[in-house]
Amino acid sequence: MGVGIEVANLNAWYGTNHTLQDITLNIPANHATALIGPSGCGKSTFVRCLNRMHETNPVARVTGTVRMGDLDIYQGATPVEVRRRVGMVFQRPNPFPTMSVYDNVAAGLKLNGYSNRKSLDEVVEKSLKNSALWDEVKDDLKKKSGASLSGGQQQRLCIARALAVDPEVLLMDEPASALDPVSTSKIEDLIFQLKSQYTIVIVTHNMQQAARVAEKTGFFLNGRMVEFDSTHKIFTNPSDKRTEDYITGRFG
Amino acid sequence: MQQQFPMRTRLRTIGDHIATFLAVFSTILVILPLVAIFVYLLLKGARSLNLAFFTQIPKPVGESGGGMANAVVGSVVLLVIASVLGVPIGIGGGVYLAEFGRGTKLSNAIRFTADVLNGVPSIVMGLAAYALIVVPEKHFSALSGGVALGIMMIPTICRTTEEMLLMVPHSVREAALGLGVPNWRSVLSITVRTASPGIITGCMLAFARVAGETAPLLFTALGNDFWSTNLNQPIAALPLQIYVYALSPYDDWHRLAWAASLVLIVLIVLAVSLVRYVTGRGVLKGAS
Repeated sequence: MGVGIEVANLNAWYGTNHTLQDITLNIPANHATALIGPSGCGKSTFVRCLNRMHETNPVARVTGTVRMGDLDIYQGATPVEVRRRVGMVFQRPNPFPTMSVYDNVAAGLKLNGYSNRKSLDEVVEKSLKNSALWDEVKDDLKKKSGASLSGGQQQRLCIARALAVDPEVLLMDEPASALDPVSTSKIEDLIFQLKSQYTIVIVTHNMQQAARVAEKTGFFLNGRMVEFDSTHKIFTNPSDKRTEDYITGRFG
Repeated sequence: MQQQFPMRTRLRTIGDHIATFLAVFSTILVILPLVAIFVYLLLKGARSLNLAFFTQIPKPVGESGGGMANAVVGSVVLLVIASVLGVPIGIGGGVYLAEFGRGTKLSNAIRFTADVLNGVPSIVMGLAAYALIVVPEKHFSALSGGVALGIMMIPTICRTTEEMLLMVPHSVREAALGLGVPNWRSVLSITVRTASPGIITGCMLAFARVAGETAPLLFTALGNDFWSTNLNQPIAALPLQIYVYALSPYDDWHRLAWAASLVLIVLIVLAVSLVRYVTGRGVLKGAS
């Protein structure tokens, strides 16, 4: 089951560049939350702070608190522990190029020392079914390379890979921006199904996408969160003038 | 458009032909020396190749016949020692440079040292092994020869490993870290594995290079006219045997030297192909 995320006074820097400023918001459990805003506004940085991917960059720095359920991710846990509970899907599909479809999905478990073959099989099947890829790959699981799938299939493979380690939160950083419309709609259907089991945070450039999949939407601008509310309110009656200008296409 | 600029289209087609021709011509130039050497060796050496070459040791001066079985085995022994030493240290160093020590003073020092080491003449490597192993032990040995060759392999393997690891896309590393895989595990099981075809090529280049080296062996392995697989004794090697036989005044020995050159090249080609075949099949094996 998913957990809620409480973010308080989150600040992030890349070198001297203050990319996130005083972000405070509560992301509800088992819902999809969308983050929108123009390029460079900090939304990707924000999701990368939620699983401490941000700090893989040596010049990056973070202050503030992020709590997931009972876990304070910057105080009481190592980055590895955090990332086991928070799955991430990236902008470009990034399956492990030397691995089969099966091994890609099983990678998270295998690399963490889990090797019970029978339950691995079950986890792989369940994860691929959850990511709606099972029917397309089931005949050739262990022979077909993950890299030989189409872009949309690769992205669903990456989702299956993230689901296989049984996370509580799923972060998606523009998961459909490199995909065609058909693949995009498959990913969106998937988000719809998955949000009953996981807390989903999705960064998107596509405002229609945010409106379609998310209950809550946050609007980021220049490293600050301008507005965070129900998706319906953001798109029909935003409180802030800048939000309205952005969603009506006056800038961005 | 084609109607409007017939001249330009024709020029472009001609340009295309010229470029294609130049590319093909260069390719032929690259392959030609190898083919020429191989054909020449076949012509000169194949006649002297017989079963005795692979089963007998050299006959004393004046007697005809004999073979180089001890040198073939000796070369294999030396190359195994060299690979056991050079491959792990070279790959380990490359992994450190690319994954753990990026931007540190130590890694800059290692990189600089490796590049200098790469340029050190091979005979100096032999002298180093002589000073480090032969002098304290007071006798020439297979071990010292293997070490000299192994040290020569390290810089090539180290730098190619580094280059190949740096070519692994950042997104692949992020994918592994995002799954909650510890960094060291991600490096070993994902990054190194993704780069493994290139790393293996680097190892093969280094291997093929030292397989033909004579100079580092002159005062380490020394050469041996008799059977020996004792690592503490002088050992025969194909390049050494070729060197001695080619400089000799005997026609018989010259023919054997040609045959030995052919065998050396074939052995290198076989070793490289075998490694490629074995590792190439492993590409889709399990994650651990």
